[in-house]
Amino acid sequence: MSTAASSRRYILQIIFLGVAVVILIRLFFLQNFESKYKIMANDIAIYKKVVYPPRGVVYDRKGKVMLSNSTVYDLMVVPRNIKQMDTPAFCNAMGIDLPTFLKTMKLISVRNIDVRQSIFMEQLSPEQTARFWENAYLFPGFEMVERNLREYKNESAGLLLGYIAEVSPEMLKHPRYASYRQGDYAGRSGLELQYEEVLRGQRGVHFLERDKFNRPRDPYRGGSLDTQEVSGKSLELYLDAELQMYAEKLMKNKIGSVVALDPKTGGVLAMVSSPGYDPNLLRGKERAKNYATLYRDPTRPLFNRATQAAYPPGSTIKPMTGLVALNVGAITPNFGLACYGSYNYCGHPIKCEHKDGGHAANFRLALAHSCNSYFCHVFRLTIDYKSFASVKEGLQKWHDYYYSFGFGHPVGIDIPFEKGGALPDTNQYNRMYRFNWNSCTVVFVGMGQGEILLTPLQMANAMCIIANKGYYYTPHVVKSIGGNTNDPMLKKYLQKQNVLDIPDSTFEIVQRAMQDVVESGTAIGAKIDSVNICAKTGTAENKAIVNGEVIKMANHSMFVAFAPRENPKIAIAVAIENAGFGATWAAPIASLLMEKYLKDSVSSKRKTVEDKMVNAKLINKYVYSIDSMYRARDQRVYQAKMERKHLRDSINRASDSAAYFNWVRKHFVK
Amino acid sequence: MSNARKSLVSRLDGITILLYLLLTCIGLIAIFSVEHHSTDLVIFSGEKSYMRQTMWLGVSLLVGAFILLTDSKFFASTAFLSYTFGIVLLVLTIFIGIGVKGSKSWLGVGGIRVQPGEVCKIFTALALSKFLSLQETNFKSTRDRVIGIAMVMFPALIVILQNETGLALVYLCFFLVMYREGLPNVFLVVGISSVALVLGTLLIDRKVLFIILTAITALVGFLIRFELRRNNIARILLISIWGVCIIFSQLAVPFMFKHALKPHHIDRIYSMLGKEVPVEYQRKTEDGEERKGNSSEYNVLQSKIAIGSGGMFGKGLLNGTSTKNQFVPEQNTDFIFTAIAEQFGFAGSFVLIGLYISLMFRIMFIAERQRSPFSRIYAYCVSSILFFHFAVNISMTVGLAPVIGITLPFLSYGGSSLLSFSILIFILLKLDSDRHAMIR
Repeated sequence: MSTAASSRRYILQIIFLGVAVVILIRLFFLQNFESKYKIMANDIAIYKKVVYPPRGVVYDRKGKVMLSNSTVYDLMVVPRNIKQMDTPAFCNAMGIDLPTFLKTMKLISVRNIDVRQSIFMEQLSPEQTARFWENAYLFPGFEMVERNLREYKNESAGLLLGYIAEVSPEMLKHPRYASYRQGDYAGRSGLELQYEEVLRGQRGVHFLERDKFNRPRDPYRGGSLDTQEVSGKSLELYLDAELQMYAEKLMKNKIGSVVALDPKTGGVLAMVSSPGYDPNLLRGKERAKNYATLYRDPTRPLFNRATQAAYPPGSTIKPMTGLVALNVGAITPNFGLACYGSYNYCGHPIKCEHKDGGHAANFRLALAHSCNSYFCHVFRLTIDYKSFASVKEGLQKWHDYYYSFGFGHPVGIDIPFEKGGALPDTNQYNRMYRFNWNSCTVVFVGMGQGEILLTPLQMANAMCIIANKGYYYTPHVVKSIGGNTNDPMLKKYLQKQNVLDIPDSTFEIVQRAMQDVVESGTAIGAKIDSVNICAKTGTAENKAIVNGEVIKMANHSMFVAFAPRENPKIAIAVAIENAGFGATWAAPIASLLMEKYLKDSVSSKRKTVEDKMVNAKLINKYVYSIDSMYRARDQRVYQAKMERKHLRDSINRASDSAAYFNWVRKHFVK
Repeated sequence: MSNARKSLVSRLDGITILLYLLLTCIGLIAIFSVEHHSTDLVIFSGEKSYMRQTMWLGVSLLVGAFILLTDSKFFASTAFLSYTFGIVLLVLTIFIGIGVKGSKSWLGVGGIRVQPGEVCKIFTALALSKFLSLQETNFKSTRDRVIGIAMVMFPALIVILQNETGLALVYLCFFLVMYREGLPNVFLVVGISSVALVLGTLLIDRKVLFIILTAITALVGFLIRFELRRNNIARILLISIWGVCIIFSQLAVPFMFKHALKPHHIDRIYSMLGKEVPVEYQRKTEDGEERKGNSSEYNVLQSKIAIGSGGMFGKGLLNGTSTKNQFVPEQNTDFIFTAIAEQFGFAGSFVLIGLYISLMFRIMFIAERQRSPFSRIYAYCVSSILFFHFAVNISMTVGLAPVIGITLPFLSYGGSSLLSFSILIFILLKLDSDRHAMIR
């Protein structure tokens, strides 16, 4: 009995130990080899919270805030958590109707699983926010989430500052947006796009533990894994917000552009593309709708004319023509031309505004009176100059000068999507005229017509070159990033850009002549008391191609200037489309802006001029018809393209089936 | 007899007391870690369950002191009486019990709730010890064996009627005691084998199980090959056992699962083990709805996550993400082991299991040194009850056993459980202090 009993004692002990060992083995594998449980533990218990820092603020040159942030609330919903909610009360509080509520909920349930938080309503109005807070306890599952929204302090400089919007799927494929995720916001135009990396700051990632109800609680591991968010850096601009607003006021109801630069730094003082838009339209929940409206507007407010529109410069190119001619030695300042109203050396006559003899007796007079004959001739003399082997080499040399002035290529301003205008070179003419051309063929270029096209920015930049006597700084809007003027992103704007070596004396001659333009020439109306202005008016002929027909449109009114002559502080270019003479519209506007900038206010005696400019409505009625025609044409082109595609597809399909048919016949039909 | 003259304190078994106190303290720490939040300002608050558990520990020690001051013979002489009292209590509970989660197994006395099924284990242990140690009992006779088994199964049946199947299963542990006292080997072998077969069928892949069963049969056949050669019956027996096992695991269960049982039954069976239903048994429910995991499956998954994420040395006290944020349901009662395993890892679990095994072995050691059979049998009862609770509870947290509401002795939160285990241990200590006396 006792031996049997004690042996049974051992059997029991073995059973006890055996079970313990089985459990321990199971535990050993569970705890040391099944990493999936560790991952799951982290998944369920750790909540990764991405914290978006406020975007950088934009200040103008005087420290005035132009662009900052404001707080809005999004209403988020976790459908699973909605329990016994008074839906009508909710709809009532949020100001929506029941079908909208149901539709939204259905959309959310399709898009996202019901335990995850989805956006129910974006950017609530203050009333909605207040009403929700009052009744928040009645609506389980709904939650307010704070978000920053860009706030434009003035209704101006929309194109310059740009806007932000959610990143698109196409953008996400781009390496620049590698760190972005769907739903993130990014700059889409203007400075917001150009300085996106600076403005956005650095996102912070906070790891929080959450409990079984998915509520974030303590920081995970005491926050040791967290990365702190870094606020976006501010941008300090050269832009003068007051001047910008004044310029926009003057350009109201006109199509065109104003660019004002500081010649000493290349800083942009004002940049207007008219008609503009209120930048506050392109933020918030109405953005997409407003964007579509602006996009369809025939006057194209989203098109930045200051950097993208290419205008024939007209007479405003004449100082440059003279500069090159003087420098290569084709003419002397005393060179004169007897002009009696037209230039007749090249077949059909070219009209000149002045008929009295002697208005082009020397370079100064010719520029002051903007004699077409004189500058056409001077241009011809330049490219036919004896030191060049042929007109082809002469034109190439001329092209090189102009290229160094910043023409024919984007200047490199820190606003995205800049265009370069057009600048013809020998190759282009060779292609156009099959090598069969001479100086008479291209004579119009000398007076700023023909193949040469400049952006207003390039025109203003050219004024900087003349003002500085031979150099310029690449135009740029941003003076410093977060107070640091030596930021790597700004390095290229601190480098002096020298044009092909032209002696100061040559610039003196041109400046002298340009001063005469205001004092005794075409732009007497642009005169400002006690300031020496150098300027040039322009009246650019232009054509539109409508339905294959070339239609001559009303002239563009152009004006370029800089002031004061001795110590240039502002260089300006004004272009008003289809408005007529440069002296009539562009010159007074530029003059008012210069006065405003140089003297801080416009003298009262120019009030009548100011009113006239502000109230002038110069949008050509053809703009609308031409725009609709262009759009119709684009649509036709698109339809034709789609038709061709369909046709190609059907032909491919037909040939495929024919090939198959042939194969079958060849192999199976005897 | 020299021992009897020593003081009571010096006659108590120190190792058992030490292990008991260690385990209860670990339990308090575990419950504290489950309930404590870093944001809590007040630690010693009566609202918290760890404070209440401390209070219950005080009560248990007080009751223990009373037990130690009671005469040893008292327990033996009142064994049948207390058993009757226990049965009455159980029956009463069916009628006036408080319903908790679908079962009616709690009695409310004032503000305190007691689970009679828990307490009745003590009475059953005492009564079984008394019955088996009676001089007129001959446990080799079928009559006495039946009486013994009936004594054990009767309270279990009442507990089942209370809808507390898990608690009723604990009464199976008395078979281990009866085996020690002379129940034939067949009971143990058949019992353990059938449990192993059922769990194996559910947990192991069908083809693998077939190979394992055949291999075991071959091994047994090899070991008793001389017997087989001589004895025709042995041959038939071996083959028929093999056949029954194969038919059960390869044919009967799959047939049942595919044709007889409803999908939600299958779900229930597998989810108790915390397993996904195997693909072959998956059927669309009548309304074509997708299956949703039920609570047991979720419990075991969360439990496994907590245990598995603990790793070798754990995440450290109060650093367990699952524990701290209450992902594991019922964590301070049935799943208290997950708190230890997550925060102290495999090392901590090893130590804990080591403590339990030490305690059980110590109790068995104590059992064997008793002069009176009553004390010996009672000690085996204590050891077996502890073993059953320990094995089933931890197995269910790691997904080796179905989820049935069985507490982990000394660790789980709950006054009823702690008090009944304490009483078991203290009665044992008292009996052991008089181990040289003959107690009838």
